[in-house]
Amino acid sequence: MERNLMKGNEALAEAAIRAGCKCFFGYPITPQTELAAYMAKRMNKAGGVFLQAESEIAAINMVLGAASTGVRAMTSSSSPGLSLKSEGISYIAGSDLPAVIINVQRGGPGLGGIQPSQADYWQATKALGHGDFHLMVFAPASVQEMVDMVIKAFDKADEYRMPAMILADGLLGQMMEPVSFPEINVNAHDKSGWAADGHKGKREHHIINSLYLKPDELESSVKDRFERYETIKANETDAELYLTEDCDILLCAFGATARVVKSAVNDARAQGIKAGMFRPKTLWPFPVKEINEAAKNAKKLLSVEMSMGQMIDDIKLAINCSKPVEFYGRTGGVIPTPAEILAEIKKIGGAE
Amino acid sequence: MAVVFERPKALLDVPTHYCPGCTHGIVHRLVAEVIDEMGIEGETVGVCPVGCSVMAYDYFGCDMIEAPHGRAPAVATGVKRTNPDKFVFTYQGDGDLAAIGTAETVHAATRGENIVIIFINNTIYGMTGGQMAPTTLPGQVTQTTPFGRDPQLAGFPVRVCEMLSTLTGTAYAHRVAVDSVPHVRDAKKAIRKAFETQKAKKGFSIIEVLSTCPTNWGLTPTEAIKRLQDEMIPYYPLGVYKDTTEEEGNK
Amino acid sequence: MAKMTVITERCKGCGLCAGACPKKIVELQKAKRNKKGYFYAVCTDEDACISCAMCAMMCPDCAIVVEK
Repeated sequence: MERNLMKGNEALAEAAIRAGCKCFFGYPITPQTELAAYMAKRMNKAGGVFLQAESEIAAINMVLGAASTGVRAMTSSSSPGLSLKSEGISYIAGSDLPAVIINVQRGGPGLGGIQPSQADYWQATKALGHGDFHLMVFAPASVQEMVDMVIKAFDKADEYRMPAMILADGLLGQMMEPVSFPEINVNAHDKSGWAADGHKGKREHHIINSLYLKPDELESSVKDRFERYETIKANETDAELYLTEDCDILLCAFGATARVVKSAVNDARAQGIKAGMFRPKTLWPFPVKEINEAAKNAKKLLSVEMSMGQMIDDIKLAINCSKPVEFYGRTGGVIPTPAEILAEIKKIGGAE
Repeated sequence: MAVVFERPKALLDVPTHYCPGCTHGIVHRLVAEVIDEMGIEGETVGVCPVGCSVMAYDYFGCDMIEAPHGRAPAVATGVKRTNPDKFVFTYQGDGDLAAIGTAETVHAATRGENIVIIFINNTIYGMTGGQMAPTTLPGQVTQTTPFGRDPQLAGFPVRVCEMLSTLTGTAYAHRVAVDSVPHVRDAKKAIRKAFETQKAKKGFSIIEVLSTCPTNWGLTPTEAIKRLQDEMIPYYPLGVYKDTTEEEGNK
Repeated sequence: MAKMTVITERCKGCGLCAGACPKKIVELQKAKRNKKGYFYAVCTDEDACISCAMCAMMCPDCAIVVEK
């Protein structure tokens, strides 16, 4: 299999094209702009559409329009841009449309900074727009995973007719690693039963819509969606468990932070501390089963995040607060070091 | 006896939710007549706005998409760019198109998107109960301009066709009205021309239709027609504001 | 013979048809209401109808069929 050295942002774009993404609508924002630039170069040659929109709001609504016709569509941005896209994402979810949305996170709130961050965890998993809904949220920790997860995100978005997000960060977006691209079956999902692409006089007209003025009908449509969410929770969680079998202290981290945490775990082991790591690859659905498996012998958990502590809420819920969960984080674009994390492990009693 | 006038097939045989005398129904019918006459219902995708015509998806026989408030031109762009062989139109009110959706409207026009926008200007927000629109006339009383629109306070009305006609990407901008039979006939010709412009891949068309809102204007349907004629047409003159469809070199 | 027929259940009694009729033979009668409670439009003199369809062109509800 061919191996290419690629930047994370460019790998996301190439994977999307290979996954059958037929259109990309975006708006420049650091640190994900290479993705749009790559699409601008490649998309037309690949027989698709690249369009730079006038705003994040327009870009996500172009995705809505294209996805309505059954085409695989994608947009990408970084944190402040996601706030703008949230309106459209809610409509996409409410209209049961598949779409892939990339967030290469930077520090916030407000204009924040342009260095890596994970402070959009709450936004991605709980509040990406108004109303009762979820996106599937994938959290890659390497450039290869960015490729694999984009492919999976398109597939799962089509399968469940819902938006899926890749929650990356500026570190992953900017770094280079060797990647390979698998063979992809892009026509796996039949959309002819709902796509609004012109009825050609052969069927009833299709309506893509999120408006239900009768409360009972709206409730019923939301409940249908939540039934689907239960299936997803049961079947689609994914996590990496690293040295968890005998660990006393279980570190929990996702994305780029997990790479640093893994080093800290190895350093701790070298010093005789039984540390392990749980890394969710899906943030929604959160891998509840997997974290309970990973934490079964641990005395304590330590969530390490590039934020003030957001995933820690889901960890506590997932283990039903059955064990103490500590937190260590850096925010604003500061990346924690293995030494800092090791010190924290020792501080909270990992050396006992 | 032969039928000389009946409902076009592209307008589904269902009652509308519009108030008595609201001219949305006339404009819906004209769009549907054009779709029928061109035989393109099966190749057409319509995009509805948020506002009184939000439920237009229940009335048109073609495939329909309901867009977030103001975003219909962006949604239509997504449809048309990925389905260039389809006819794509948006149907939008003044709040949707000229307030919250101004950016989407202007940029769809300036890109020369090959779509048709049907723009209903009735100088008021109807669905929410009669607030000031970007097109509300100076002095006009609405819920949010209870003493009449004061330009010192609330600014001036937006003249959409004039504004969009300054953009190179706009191929055809035409303001019509549906206050009388001759004007209804003109409106239909304009809508037909807009769809033909799209068919010929000549770019962006906007048909602005001066319309009434008897309920929120507090007038009878007949009085509302008179207000359109006496107050709206002088401020928003009818006519073709831009037409490059006969020129060479259009996209 | 010309004929305009009002689909009474679709009529909302707005009267735009009456204003458009060149023969002044369309009016909102005040005796009967449809199920929604509107006084619907009627043609007062079928013999005078010329099937111009102006009433139908101004009808926002497609509630008028015109035959000739």
